[in-house]
Amino acid sequence: MRGESTLVIEPSSPWRGVDVAELWRYRELLYFLVWRDVKVRYKQTILGMAWAIVQPLMAMIIFAFFFGRIAKLPSDGIPYPLFAYAGLLPWTFFASAVNSGSMSLVGSTHLITKVYFPRLLLPLAAVATVLFDFFIALLMLIPLMIWKRIVPSPLALVWVPLVMIVTLLLVAGISIWLSALVARFRDLRHVIPFAVQIWMFATPIVYPLSFVPPRWRALVIANPMTGIVETFRASIFGRPFAVEALVIALVIALVLIATGSIYFRRLERMVADVI
Amino acid sequence: MDHAVRAEGISKLYRIGAMRDPRTLRETLIDALASPFRRGEWRRAREREEDRDLWALRDISFEVRRGEAIAIIGQNGAGKSTLLKILSRITEPTSGRIELHGRVSSLLEVGTGFHPELTGRENIQLNGAILGMTRREIRERFDDIVGFAEVERFIDTPVKYFSSGMYMRLAFAVAAHLEPEILVVDEVLAVGDAAFQAKCLRKMSDVASHGRTVLFVSHNMPAVKSLCQTAIWLREGVVVERGESDAVVARYLQHSTSRAGREDVARVIAAFPPDPAMRLLSIRTLQRGMETTNVLNGEPLEIEVEFEMFAATLGFHLTLQLLDLEETIVLESIHNGDSERPPLVAEGRYVISAIIPENFLAARPYQLRIDAGIANVRSCLPEKVRLNIDVQQSGIVNRAYPGYATPARIAPLLEWIVRKE
Repeated sequence: MRGESTLVIEPSSPWRGVDVAELWRYRELLYFLVWRDVKVRYKQTILGMAWAIVQPLMAMIIFAFFFGRIAKLPSDGIPYPLFAYAGLLPWTFFASAVNSGSMSLVGSTHLITKVYFPRLLLPLAAVATVLFDFFIALLMLIPLMIWKRIVPSPLALVWVPLVMIVTLLLVAGISIWLSALVARFRDLRHVIPFAVQIWMFATPIVYPLSFVPPRWRALVIANPMTGIVETFRASIFGRPFAVEALVIALVIALVLIATGSIYFRRLERMVADVI
Repeated sequence: MDHAVRAEGISKLYRIGAMRDPRTLRETLIDALASPFRRGEWRRAREREEDRDLWALRDISFEVRRGEAIAIIGQNGAGKSTLLKILSRITEPTSGRIELHGRVSSLLEVGTGFHPELTGRENIQLNGAILGMTRREIRERFDDIVGFAEVERFIDTPVKYFSSGMYMRLAFAVAAHLEPEILVVDEVLAVGDAAFQAKCLRKMSDVASHGRTVLFVSHNMPAVKSLCQTAIWLREGVVVERGESDAVVARYLQHSTSRAGREDVARVIAAFPPDPAMRLLSIRTLQRGMETTNVLNGEPLEIEVEFEMFAATLGFHLTLQLLDLEETIVLESIHNGDSERPPLVAEGRYVISAIIPENFLAARPYQLRIDAGIANVRSCLPEKVRLNIDVQQSGIVNRAYPGYATPARIAPLLEWIVRKE
């Protein structure tokens, strides 16, 4: 960083791509933004880290009662509470990351109007922060499996990280799109939590994919979260799963990242003026 | 390379028309679904909006030599902040180009990104990273920053427990240790108490004298004159003048006082949001019963405020301030400040006058500021009412030396006792 460096400021092209080299230069700021959010989160909430576990655990209990006991939904032979919890793990990560990622630009007005940095760091940092909650909630799976005396499949060691990479890519793509759209269209922020809620029931979480009638199957697999939740759950319990669903999720994630980055960069040029 | 900064033809357009850019998804959808006929109507409506576009900056060009400290001055709305935001890369220019040679840091405020829940130590790390320091730089300068801020004992306390003075010191300390080659800085000096401001100013002049290039945007004219050799004066988005800072500041001050007359005061008062306790009706400056802003210092000056109280209010008071052009408060007086305790001001219509005696003011322009408030509760006005007056010599102070322009802010007639022995 020393020596003669020249910075040129001029109107940029609306179609510029992502400056990866610049993002890399700012990696420490990304680290600090995540570090800040994690620290503040665990300082502020009384329950602290427990919150990350309580959220999916409460959902598990409610789902196990209503969908498992009363509605008697099938669960591919897995005890229903575990079935629901394993499905809720990637879903809770997805939902929190989309919610906080989409608000990341409008929530950082004080930074955006005062200091320059690649704005793309904001949705990325928001997503990375939520990942901490996911890891904590994932640890909770261990006592649950001991309780139900289930041994996880060794295949999970390969598939869970793979699934999480796909989920991260998907969530990053969606957050990049939505953070820019929310900055542009103020009323959109009210729609997102609602849409995420509906999305949950369109994803095989409280029911298995095998429960979906064959003629709807293609439609459900087109939902990228289907491949993610199904692969995550099936690999832990050593059950067969459709790899093509995960591949679909990966393709959708990459398309969203590519298109989202272009839209984000267009908006980034004027974000300080409109926000 | 001789220049640290070279700006060529910088312009910035802001679109003010509300219909130009639909701000909500709902509007956008309605716009898209509207019939072709209505779309045409919209387009015409938008074209009409174009004359409401605002050029915040028009064709600004300047160069800053390496090691030069340059000030950017001008009234509010002259384009200073826009230029600062462009130099800081927060917003892009609509056209033009700026080259900056060297490591740039810009400070639009101190303490950007400070989080109240985090400790002093954590905020130093975070704020340093936001301002562009590497982790190594933060580690190396950490002790200096803490020492400068004088907060050693509280470094592991969340900053929400800091006094505002400690908070500001810590925030400025991080910024002061940036060590860039080019520093772009806003009026961060306008905060904190006098001692802290002086410390900041010293640090700033250190930076300027160490061969670094400084671009300083400020309203604080004494600071501009002491820090910067050169000044650029902006008005309505164009450069009025660029030159030696003393001369530019003098002409700028002269210009800015000749504006703002009586009509402005009436307009300002009329636009105030209603207050439950009172309403200002008028503010006038009178000499010999005649309204004037050209004041003779040989006559008493009456500052008359007319207002209406809607309810009896304990501790209601008017405050009068007299400022010189450098915004130093020369005097302040509270209308019922000499009563034993805060009085109850009854409902009704009032006309209150303050009298500044003859042979008291110096022959120079001043600004009067009038505020109305309730002690320990609130100010009843969204901002102080400002009224510029120009004082001419007519009194007996220094009349023996008519060509002499006093540097003093006030020139009251003192009693001189002369004993010849």
